[in-house]
Amino acid sequence: MKQVELMDVSKAYEKQQYVLDEINLSIEEGEFFVLVGPSGSGKSTLLRMIAGLEDITDGTLKINDKVVNHLPPKDRNLSMVFQNYALYPHLTVEQNILFGLNAKKVNKKEQQKRLKETAEMMGLRNYLKRKPKQLSGGQRQRVALARSVVSESPLCLMDEPLSNLDAKLRAHMRIEIRRLQKRLGLTMVYVTHDQVEAMTMGDRIMVLDNGKIQQVGEPITLYNEPANLFVASFIGSPKMNMGNAAIIDQKLVIEGVLKIPVDPADVATLTKNNGLTVGIRAEHIFQGTSENTTHELEVINVEQLGNETLLTFEIGKELWTAKWLGQWRVDVGDKVPVHISTKNISFFDTESGQLMKPASIINEQEVVAI
Amino acid sequence: MTMPLHQKVIFYLLLSISAILIFAPAIIAFLMSFMPSQDILTGKIIPTSLTLDNYVQVFDRSPLFNYLINSFVVSVVIMLGQLVLASLAAYAFVFLNFKGRDALFFIFIATMMVPFEASIIPNFQTIRDMGWIDSYTGLSIPFFAMAFGTFLLRQNFKQIPKELKEASEIAGIGDFRFYLTVVLPVAKTSLVTLGVYGFLTSWNMYLWPLLATTNDSVRTVQIGLRQLQSQEQLNEWGVIMAGAIIVVLPTLILLFLGQNKLQKGLAEGALK
Repeated sequence: MKQVELMDVSKAYEKQQYVLDEINLSIEEGEFFVLVGPSGSGKSTLLRMIAGLEDITDGTLKINDKVVNHLPPKDRNLSMVFQNYALYPHLTVEQNILFGLNAKKVNKKEQQKRLKETAEMMGLRNYLKRKPKQLSGGQRQRVALARSVVSESPLCLMDEPLSNLDAKLRAHMRIEIRRLQKRLGLTMVYVTHDQVEAMTMGDRIMVLDNGKIQQVGEPITLYNEPANLFVASFIGSPKMNMGNAAIIDQKLVIEGVLKIPVDPADVATLTKNNGLTVGIRAEHIFQGTSENTTHELEVINVEQLGNETLLTFEIGKELWTAKWLGQWRVDVGDKVPVHISTKNISFFDTESGQLMKPASIINEQEVVAI
Repeated sequence: MTMPLHQKVIFYLLLSISAILIFAPAIIAFLMSFMPSQDILTGKIIPTSLTLDNYVQVFDRSPLFNYLINSFVVSVVIMLGQLVLASLAAYAFVFLNFKGRDALFFIFIATMMVPFEASIIPNFQTIRDMGWIDSYTGLSIPFFAMAFGTFLLRQNFKQIPKELKEASEIAGIGDFRFYLTVVLPVAKTSLVTLGVYGFLTSWNMYLWPLLATTNDSVRTVQIGLRQLQSQEQLNEWGVIMAGAIIVVLPTLILLFLGQNKLQKGLAEGALK
């Protein structure tokens, strides 16, 4: 069943520029849906429109098959978690959690029951009498979550809830939120600017830029077959290596430096357009063995991460990164043999930015189904 | 702060002198209120004998106790009225969206530039026509609307994150409940500040009660003080000073109690 449906939804401030342009989207019940994009892309605005905190300029918004364009937030049966948690500073944790229930006329007995369950689930049992000021960031986050859980609304909206936490806690809370959502069967709409968060948490992801949908799909699809240059560079860390390319003498020439032989069958499709941009993931620049080395590249930076090594090369005016598993003793200035194949390269139209041909080898090799 | 000893000595000497200069009238008044009238008339500053006669007399001679109660009632009513109206207005200016809100606010603030004395005649005509002369209503209602208080509270309310309002909206909490259960408790400091400020200002009011009252039954204490000075015969300064000390007492008590909060609240309003 469709929990949330947006049809041609647009938003403009003062009849000027559209900050959101004809968004069409449907979110299924029980889905963890992530809106991701750089700041200013309109993702928070979209979420706030679903919540009813912003007016909808144009289009239709349905929740549970009911048009809710003009319903106030309280009648939309949803809960929301804010970036700064929005806890009432003068109330204790317990009062904070129960604050909304009084307005919904839930009786005291039921309130206490829900409070007990939720506090138990979120590990807040010992903090119920404290004020938000006396809690750490992670605990405050949990109170905000508990407040949303206790309302028992089927739809939960989250606006960058983890961006105020440190990296370690963030990773932990990612898992907690995900588990909670699965356990309660909540439909979650989650806004973030962090693509790692989007990849790790979402059932489906929508990438938004400049008020326009760039791509909607499962995390793996977005990673393997980015619909355009924006998605390609936005999803994945380190980001996809990009370069201008041209086909000269049946060979792909990247940034005028790298020459790679191309399958003659592809040449026709790839030369149709004027500009060609190629992209290759860092893990697809392999270390070359004596048989398959295609290029020797000079290393300009080395990052040792322990389990993997990041090498940076200069390709024309672009910097490319290769990610090699394990620890590699390489020094800056060394020339290392690498293996780059067109099978791993995604091709984009430079002008429109659209994907022409995704990397072909990924589908065969890397997605291992268990 | 570290400074050499001689500098410190000079520093404290200067501070003490200025403190004495500033406090001298108050100290003299305090001493005079305990002096017999011969001492005062001979111009002594250090009393030769201490007496409580002046205090007994001041209550005997004038209905000072009545005046005190009148002042107290009027001040409390004004304070409460100001708090309620200013906080409601400030709430509207911060949390409600309507066309021309900011323009309206600036007009509101602009009224701070009109001194009360300028509006005293229309105000007087209003309360006279409504028959409020010689009544607590006439003494207090003209002071309920207060641009400064609205301004102070608006600045304070603006510091409340708007997410709190949005979270309440989603939870289905209306404006009035949000105002009562969230805004007022969070802005407690500023409310106390404004309350103390409003109370003291009304306590010290002189011109308006003088105009709006014609008999002793509702007169406030500041006018009572003035009445202690007689026109025809020699002033009994000891009695007047005793009255003044009694009148100042509530102000002092409030100031001591609210000093911390008053400073904090005024500074908060000033910062943002």
